[in-house]
Formats: sequence, structure tokens, C-alpha cells
Amino acid sequence: MPAAGPPVLRLSGVSKAYPASGGPSVQALRDVSLEVGRREFISLVGPSGCGKSTLLGLIAGLDDPSAGSIEIAAGPDGATGEVAFMPQRDLLLPWRSLLDNATLGAEVGGGDRAAARKRARLLLPSFGLEGFADALPHTLSGGMRQRAALLRTVLLDREILLLDEPFGALDALTRAALQEWLLEIWERLEAAVLFVTHDVEEALWLSDRVYVMTRRPGSIHLDLPVGLSRPRTRAVRGTPEFAALKQRLLDALLADTS
Amino acid sequence: MNAHRLARIAPATAVLATLVGVWELVTRLAAVPEWLLPSPTVIVLEFADSLPQLAPHTARTLLEAVIGYGAALLLAFVVAALIDQSGLARRALSPLLVTSQTIPIFALAPLLAIWFGFGITPKILIVALACFFPIAVSLAGGLRNADPDMQALVRSMGGNRRQVFSKVKLPAAIPSLLSGMKIAASYSVIAAVIGEWVGASQGLGLYMLRASSSFQTARVFAVIAVIAVLSVALFLAVDVVGRWIAPWIYVRTEEAQT
Repeated sequence: MPAAGPPVLRLSGVSKAYPASGGPSVQALRDVSLEVGRREFISLVGPSGCGKSTLLGLIAGLDDPSAGSIEIAAGPDGATGEVAFMPQRDLLLPWRSLLDNATLGAEVGGGDRAAARKRARLLLPSFGLEGFADALPHTLSGGMRQRAALLRTVLLDREILLLDEPFGALDALTRAALQEWLLEIWERLEAAVLFVTHDVEEALWLSDRVYVMTRRPGSIHLDLPVGLSRPRTRAVRGTPEFAALKQRLLDALLADTS
Repeated sequence: MNAHRLARIAPATAVLATLVGVWELVTRLAAVPEWLLPSPTVIVLEFADSLPQLAPHTARTLLEAVIGYGAALLLAFVVAALIDQSGLARRALSPLLVTSQTIPIFALAPLLAIWFGFGITPKILIVALACFFPIAVSLAGGLRNADPDMQALVRSMGGNRRQVFSKVKLPAAIPSLLSGMKIAASYSVIAAVIGEWVGASQGLGLYMLRASSSFQTARVFAVIAVIAVLSVALFLAVDVVGRWIAPWIYVRTEEAQT
């Protein structure tokens, strides 16, 4: 549940333009402002190519905005390592075992490796990865790889998790199972989530609030509070409230495409 | 698996056996003089006879090849890392590296003999020169082609350049490095032999020259066979080491075949 207090992440008027060869620069994001509160679950939905991934890259500190500011409560703005970023592809390093992949963050951050490994081992069962600590990534299924990537992200121990379409490449069944599982995991975490997806139902079912982004140049079109009680069950998806929210989201998304 | 492997090598073996058989028949039926073209059996007998003399020459050539190869590997590593890490180094060294390949390295052997005498040094240098280029180019290419998303992931965790290099780029470059190292391994022995042709006190090149100037053609063939076997052995040694340090490369390709 979101708690009161200052947001852990605040974007004000963030724009991003890329120089294009032999033409005007490409405007990927225009004047994006959003806030993520402590322990909030926020989704960002929008058509593909609306700059969602670009936005996450900016928040992760991988690139600098052309204008505007990104404030992260935890540390200096614009630096890397302040948020836990899970890119679209699982990006498990093929030469590392699952456990070594999961503890990459501690290794890079110069943390206590033995402690990180111990913690990772303890978390393996709740990530459905028990007995796979020494497995190389290519031996794992798609769902397991995503869970391993999420374990790596969680083990970074940040106040904000940025998840970029983590279930985009999975089949519908695996996807549904992982959504439920993600909620369980998140409810035990002390972290806020900024979740990028183009799946409206997924966004509604998981989130406290949903931001709708427009087509390029991406900007925020709608900030929709979800207001469904937690913990949520699958049955919520069948309620009239859910249907009404879904309709509002779809209207906002489709208004933009026409 | 074994039947499968047999089926794979059988055609090449059959062709080789046929060629050797024809060679044997022609030399016998046409009574070709031994100094002109000895038959395979004569060569095998000559090999057995000269084994005591061959052994120390082989050891010397192998030593030159291995030391030169090691030096090339070390230097290639430094140069490829420099090219990868510094734009200035890349612009300064890359063109030189490519144009240096227009110089026939083996033609430098007489020069090296003038500068460094007839000891082991010029042989090691010629081997190092011949092996350096394929290793440096393959390693630099492997570093350049490392997955940018994986690099971004390590950066998003707060990783610095050195960590991106050691945790992502270097391991990602290993498959490419290994293929360069295999090519270099197959060059190394012949480079040492050519170095010895210019002048040496020991080595297969010297032994071969002596045999050919006294028309001991069977012995020349025996030396050629030893050179071929050594080259293949070094090639396979790199392959074995590769499988040991980078097992994930091979697992992945075997999986792709099934």
C-alpha cells in the first residue's frame, strides 16, 4: 500500500531528443512529469515506440534528459546505481550460473559477496528457482529466466524497481502465473515499482496508479488511480469496476492512435 | 554419438586413404625414383629411422612456436584492450594494424636474422608477428560486439568502465578470441620453421633444409608430416582449453544443432 510522504521518484518536465543524421532531431519524450510514492506500484502503458524504454533508461541514469529533472529520493540525480533496473530482455550473462547472475549487483557495487550469495540462496525457493543455483542460463525456461532476472533486480536492494515489460516475451499462461507471483513478491518488499507494459489488464491488476503515454513524442496523457483493494485476487478482473477502469484506459490509448 | 561421429569423419578419411593409396601405387608401378617422389611406406620407414634425430629438432621448433604464441597473445590482449577502451588508441592503431598485414611477415625473417642473429630470438619474433594479428583482430572484434544491453545493465547497477570490461565485454569476447587463437595456433609452427630456414642451429626448419639439400626427399616429407601434426595438435590444444574455460559456448551450439 502506498504510504504518505514525499515521493521516492519525481520527474518534472523531462524531454529527450536524439540527434538524427542529416535531419531535425528526433523527439522521443516531451515534457514528461510523474511521481512514484514510497512502496507504490505504478504502471506506464502506451503504444510501442512511445518512449517507455527511453524513459526508464533516463531514470536508471544510463542517459541524460535533454530537459527537465529526475529526482530520486535515495541519492544524487542522474547517477547510475540508484534504482534497480530490469531491462526488457532478461540479459542473464550466459557464462555465469544463476546464482552468480543474481548476485551481479553486489559484485559490481562492491558489497559483501558471501552475504549476497547467502541471501540469494534463501530467496531461490520463493522465486521458484530452488535447486537451480548452479544452472547456466541457457538450461532455464523463459519463465525461470525472467524470475532469475527479477531476483537479480530485487537483490540490488533499491527503493525503486524499474521493470521494463518483464513478461512481454512469455506465453499467456506463464505470464498470468508470473503476474500473481510478482504481486506476492512485491507485497513483501519495501520497494516501489515502476512497471512498463502495453497490456492494459496487466497494468490495472498490478498497479495503484496507471500512467498512459502517448505516441512519439511520448508524454503523459492520463494518470489513473486504480483504487482496487489489496491483496487482489484473480476474481477482481471480472468485476464491473475493473471493466470500467479498463474502458477508461483503452479510451485514452485509442484516442491517441486515431 | 560415436556412430554419429564416425559417420562425420568417414568421408574425409576415405578420400585421404584413397589419395595415399593412389600415391603408393603410382610410385611403385611407375618406379618413380625415391629422391624425386618417395612412396608413403618409404616416408613412414624414414620417419621411424630418423625419430631419434627428429625429436630434439621438434622440441626446439615447438618451444619457439609456444613462446612466440604466448608473446603474441599477451601483446594482442594489451593492444585490443587499448583499442576497445580508448577512441584515440583505436584511431591511432586500427589503421596500422590493418595495413601492417600487407607486409609479408615471412619476408622479414632475413631482416630479423640480421638484427638478432641466429639464436632463438628471431624465431620467436617471427612466430609472434604471425600470431599477433589474428588474435588481436578477433579479440578487438569480440570486445566491440559485446551485447550493449548487457553493458548497460552493469552500468545501471553503478558499474564503472573497468567492471563493464571485466564482467561483460571480456567474457563475451571469448568465443571470438578463441577462433583467432585457433588460426594463430595453426600459423605458429610454420612461422617457426620459416624462421629457422634463414639460419639456425637446431629445429625442424634446419633439419628439413639439410635433408632437401642432400636429396633425402623421404626425410623432407617426414618433417612436413611432423609440422602438420604439430600444427593440428596446437589447434586442438586451443580448442580443449577453450572448452575448459568457456563451456557455455559449446553447450549453446550443441543445443542449437539438436
